Amino acid sequence: MANSLLNLDLVSISDLNKTQILSILARAEQLKRQPQPNLLRGKVIASCFFEASTRTRLSFETAVQRLGGQLIGFADANNTSGKKGETLSDSIQMISRYADALIMRHPREGAARLAAEISRVPVINGGDGANQHPSQTLLDLFSIFECRGQLEGVKVAFVGDLKYGRTVHSLAQALALFGAQLFFVAPSSLGMPDYLIEELNEKNIKWQRLDSLEQAIDSAEFLYMTRIQKERLDPTEYMHIASQYILRAQHLEQASPKLRVLHPLPRVDEIQPEVDQMPQAYYFQQAENGLYARQALLSLILGATEE
Amino acid sequence: MHHLQVEAIANGTVIDHIPAGKGLKIIHRLQLKHKDIRLTIGLNLPSNAMQHKDLIKINDLQLTPEKAAEFALFAPDATINVISHYRVTQKYRMQKPEQLRGLFQCPNTNCITRFEPIASWFAVKQADNQLKLRCQYCERSFSEDLFQ
Ligand SMILES: [Zn+2]
Repeated sequence: MANSLLNLDLVSISDLNKTQILSILARAEQLKRQPQPNLLRGKVIASCFFEASTRTRLSFETAVQRLGGQLIGFADANNTSGKKGETLSDSIQMISRYADALIMRHPREGAARLAAEISRVPVINGGDGANQHPSQTLLDLFSIFECRGQLEGVKVAFVGDLKYGRTVHSLAQALALFGAQLFFVAPSSLGMPDYLIEELNEKNIKWQRLDSLEQAIDSAEFLYMTRIQKERLDPTEYMHIASQYILRAQHLEQASPKLRVLHPLPRVDEIQPEVDQMPQAYYFQQAENGLYARQALLSLILGATEE
Repeated sequence: MHHLQVEAIANGTVIDHIPAGKGLKIIHRLQLKHKDIRLTIGLNLPSNAMQHKDLIKINDLQLTPEKAAEFALFAPDATINVISHYRVTQKYRMQKPEQLRGLFQCPNTNCITRFEPIASWFAVKQADNQLKLRCQYCERSFSEDLFQ
């Protein structure tokens, strides 16, 4: 089958269709089972972090190393030409002449789309401001896919800050391609944005708001936890409300052992450390899955295949 | 002939059926491009179709449908009359553009288009009764009231 991901820019999860997503997940599964330490041999990947993000950078750079690729780049804006007044457009013009692909993170929304227009080589968005972070969505999807064998009709409950959480928005949009059933548990001021609800309705996706974490645990196969940042609520509201969105071990004692708890990490206190010991905890495996999802993405975009 | 309620012009364009309150936004856009343009404006005029409307007469500038499309954001149902020698020589409904490039600044203050030497670029979407612009870069959608 032709690889429709070859030389593709990945800026937004909506750049991918269902078939492309499934081919990335299948490749991720292969790479997890059978490492390919030479797949990117001879390839130079630029890792351009115009804003520091240690977690995302380590995951991407480990993925490159695990496939035998070489890295160039920078870890934060302090060392870049941007500080000296160079435009992003010029930086990308230059870097894209050195490397075979470009991974970038940038504090401004739309930076990755602009880079993709300018770059001669594929651009993978590792986060542009509050906008998109598609590789996070791919690792979320891969985690669900791995646990369940397929994505079709999966029941996922999103808990916490659903208004500002871009990982939640992108994952919900991607799951809508697979006829998922979605549940939302959030304070009334931090619910899913209207435009997303409209999108789900247009696609005939079943969704439901639930009042409590307990209901979500009873209804869903996956619990996708997010952090409620203090500054998003007024202080008294925060004191009263935030504790309702904290997952504790006792919540899971009666729950199905097949339930899986996901979280984009880092967590603060929304998942108590005691939950780590429960059979449902899956967020560290999920973070590990980021390696395989990113390896899959890199190898498909660069057309590096092996029999 | 339809009575235009404002003094007639010899040559130019009349933009009619502008929603009341949006006329000044169109004037602002016109003045950005044509500093010395001579304009006559009627605000809150009675209208059969829309109760109240704004109306703009532009002297000595004949707007093509392509040029007029910039104002679709504020007056999607406007009628444009092109005038030559006091006569309407062309009359057309506002056309809705599919995209607008380089015309409006993105309202998102953290959008990359505000910091780089590139033209803004919006896809135009119909949402309920109004048009929305979706930035091709930051991917956010904005309603008309956020644009000047
Ligand atoms: Zn923008």
